[in-house]
Amino acid sequence: MSDYRIHREPFYQPQGNEVTLFEAAYQARLPVMVKGPTGCGKSRFIEYMAWKLGKPLITVACNEDMTASDLVGRYLLDAGGTRWLDGPLTTAARIGAICYLDEIVEARQDTTVVIHPLTDHRRVLPLDKKGELIEAHPDFQLVISYNPGYQSLMKDLKQSTKQRFTAFDFDYPEAALETQIVARETGIDAAVATRLIKIGHVARNLKGHGLDEGVSTRLIVYAATLIRSGVEPRDACRMAMVRPITDDADIRETLDHAIDSTFV
Amino acid sequence: MATGFRPVSDARQRQMLHPQVQAWWAALDCGFAPVADVFEECLYEALTSFSKPQMEAYIEAARVIGKLGRGPEPLLAFLEEWPAVVAAIGGDQESILPEVMAAIRAMQKSPNSSSITPFLQTLAAVARRWPSADQLRVYIDVALDLMARTSGSIHGHHTTFPSPGLPELFRQAPHLASLASTAGLKNWAEYGIRNYADHPERQEDYFRLQSADSRAVLQRERHGTLFADVERKLDLYLRALWRDSDPLVPYSTAFDELRKPIPYYDKLGLRVPDVFDDFHGPGEPVSGLDRYRAVLAHMVGHRRWSRAQIADNWSPFQRMAVEFFEDCRIETLLIREYPGLRRIFLALHPHPRADACDPETTSCLRHRLAMISRALLDPAHGYSDPVLLDFVQRFHAALAVGESSTAEIAALALAYVTRTRRQSDQLAKLHFDDTVIDYRDDNRQLWQFIEQGDEEDAFDVERKLEPGEELKGLPPRHYPEWDSQSQTYRPDWVSVYEALHPSGDAAQIDRLLQKHAVLAKQLKRLLDLLKPQDRVRIRYQEDGSDLDLDTALRSLIDFKSGSTPDPRINMSHRTDGRDITVLLLLDLSESLNQKVGAGGTAGQTILELSQEAVSLLAWAIDCLGDSCAIAGFHSNTRHEVRYQHIKGFSERWDDTVKARLAAMEAGWSTRMGAALRHAGHYLAQRKADKKILLLLTDGEPADIDVSEPGHLRADAKKAVEELNTQGITTFCLSLDAKADEYVSEIFGKRWRVLDRIERLPETLPSLYLELTR
Repeated sequence: MSDYRIHREPFYQPQGNEVTLFEAAYQARLPVMVKGPTGCGKSRFIEYMAWKLGKPLITVACNEDMTASDLVGRYLLDAGGTRWLDGPLTTAARIGAICYLDEIVEARQDTTVVIHPLTDHRRVLPLDKKGELIEAHPDFQLVISYNPGYQSLMKDLKQSTKQRFTAFDFDYPEAALETQIVARETGIDAAVATRLIKIGHVARNLKGHGLDEGVSTRLIVYAATLIRSGVEPRDACRMAMVRPITDDADIRETLDHAIDSTFV
Repeated sequence: MATGFRPVSDARQRQMLHPQVQAWWAALDCGFAPVADVFEECLYEALTSFSKPQMEAYIEAARVIGKLGRGPEPLLAFLEEWPAVVAAIGGDQESILPEVMAAIRAMQKSPNSSSITPFLQTLAAVARRWPSADQLRVYIDVALDLMARTSGSIHGHHTTFPSPGLPELFRQAPHLASLASTAGLKNWAEYGIRNYADHPERQEDYFRLQSADSRAVLQRERHGTLFADVERKLDLYLRALWRDSDPLVPYSTAFDELRKPIPYYDKLGLRVPDVFDDFHGPGEPVSGLDRYRAVLAHMVGHRRWSRAQIADNWSPFQRMAVEFFEDCRIETLLIREYPGLRRIFLALHPHPRADACDPETTSCLRHRLAMISRALLDPAHGYSDPVLLDFVQRFHAALAVGESSTAEIAALALAYVTRTRRQSDQLAKLHFDDTVIDYRDDNRQLWQFIEQGDEEDAFDVERKLEPGEELKGLPPRHYPEWDSQSQTYRPDWVSVYEALHPSGDAAQIDRLLQKHAVLAKQLKRLLDLLKPQDRVRIRYQEDGSDLDLDTALRSLIDFKSGSTPDPRINMSHRTDGRDITVLLLLDLSESLNQKVGAGGTAGQTILELSQEAVSLLAWAIDCLGDSCAIAGFHSNTRHEVRYQHIKGFSERWDDTVKARLAAMEAGWSTRMGAALRHAGHYLAQRKADKKILLLLTDGEPADIDVSEPGHLRADAKKAVEELNTQGITTFCLSLDAKADEYVSEIFGKRWRVLDRIERLPETLPSLYLELTR
């Protein structure tokens, strides 16, 4: 169980009153959904809250090939026969951890249905294959994250799933705050951080015009990290902030130009 | 000159000042008095650059030209222009003179001898733009090619009529040379020759650069960065760096020689030139794209920071000064935003020499303003005028805190004008060199006039549509057409009008479906087989997402009883969805009205059969749940290709769609390429794994304005290739029993010919099912 504990305080810069709100939700053991574009600090926030509340955190990165048994558990073969292995969700429910399903829309909709009984008043998890009904530990809480920015109609949560959660809406922080975050996280000079944020905003202006998402805070932090380790700023920006997000030659050229105009 | 009184031969006796010139005059053996008048002057100019053998060749060539029997004009043109031509190509007379003489001889022998004079007259101007013998050679070749292919022969009278385009080509040549490369000229001329060889008036218009397609083709061949090529980049640039999304409107720089428009913006958008050449100034070169960016940044700066000033009380000089200072203010602010802009601005900004203008004889106002403008932007300007330095310092002081304002900077500009005013500013002779800053806009938004002019405001009247005239349908979309002979596209050649198909009686289609109830039942069985089983279990896997308990137990039993167990005890899932988008494109040309021969369906037209087939198919596709659209097309020359929507992708197979299908009518011709391109443009916007364009046609592409049989076929083939590159599969079902000859040429292997048209209703749906299985 101590494997799942967070021992050092993660750096998290609150943008509003989300910390208090989350604490209130946890007191009532309400399931929480965190929405927002990729790389804006959703996972970091959950990590921070787990640390603050002193609870273990079990994170599952969801993907399309994930099946219900990946969450709940499955039988494995043993020398003597079969053996049941708990999945992460089951483990969390047993030990009373915060279970964080990251990017839940990536999982198939029929997979996500298994969390339903845990998220309402029942707080149970039936293991049909094993014939067991797990009562969730009093400390257990379910948190999911979800990126509503996807254009695809296929990647959306079912209404029945959505309606089981309380939700936070995250977005990229204000320029001044973001500068502070980048500087604090990487130890880079504030002037350079300001310029990086500026380039980030240039890319975010193109959202919906060829870019599905702008440059995330995470990518800006990457760029800052590269600069800090001695990479030339222009190369660092290209490598961390432009090349990952687009294959479109026109957009690439525009962003490159923005970089050249900002770092002279 | 009173030539009438003197015999012409008198000119030969004319006395020249210099004995050597006299000898050459004798060698020229020319009796034209106008030539004698200028001969000596021409020779002096030639002597500055020609060697002796070159001089002799020059005189000899001139002698030949003088003997052509075309009067003095060709000779005058040659004598005057030739030294400049040779100077432009670097003195290499030997390599080009024979070509020019050969061209002149060729023109002399053809009915085009009147073109010799314009040819010689513009040669020097052309040579200045294409300063090498090779380029001139291409130019001459293009001209001779044009001459040979457009000199008229009507009813067997060979080469009796001069080429209508040739003199125009020579007249336009300097202009063309300034816009395009020799290769561009060649393509442009080639297009004109091919399309207007037997149409003298249009040919003349084409080569005079008056017809629209002439300009369009030339635009395509221009050198530099074309707006059309970088439009998206500029849009992204505006949006990303400046959060501005006003439309960009290009204006033509090629055909507006007089007005020389410069960038500006108004409520309709930002106006920029349609092409920018790379800039090679004294500083580092600036690409055409960067020049566009500088223009846009400058205008955005005005929109952001400039406030309109009342202009009435200021003199034109004062206004000019305010414009210069204000331009500098916003550029300073722009550079503050993106420091990299300084490099571009400074490279484009002229750097006038301090002593370039003499204030005693010339009005130096522009020169002074350009200098201070440079100094305000460039810390390393290198000027030492104390007044200028003082104002630069005051300017930076004003901008040191915040953005300053238009009014504050205007006051500074007025003070500068007052301090530096000179009497000579009023002089008519104005110093222009190095004072034009071409990335700046015309500042029309900087001024507001309280008093309107005295003229009646007739210009502001809104234009209205004539009463009774309603806008019908959407404006046409233009598509290019492939010209297989030249291997180029004809730009914007075909106009496609699209509309919703009119509606008829939906019950008619239901009756048709009723008639084919048996067939429908068969189809239904097939469809059920095809219907996607979304999640399919894959058993017997060594690795899988789940343990397959049945096989696992079996293996365990095997293991315990001592035999080798099967290790494949897991299972996994795979998804098996169909993600297909299909567009059914129907040829609705006149030939569909033909009746089909004997048999059970006797008396039915192909159109009716198509209706039945399409109804069945649409029903089948609807059962399968694939996304599907149906459209019909026909054409009446390139100016009117009709594309009619019968079913949209998002529409269900319901009565509105059936009603449209019921009203289907046939007429006109089959211009396939444009319809394919238009349909493809809709398909390309769909998101699907597989995109299919299913074409149902009864003949080969044809239209009444095309006489060349292979042309539309080649165009259709090209359109299919284009679609292929966009990931769209085109399949053709042809109802023309003789189609084998051409369908494979157009569609490659993706076609089928239906010999018995009566079977169409069964064939079409099953064909679709086969294709998508």
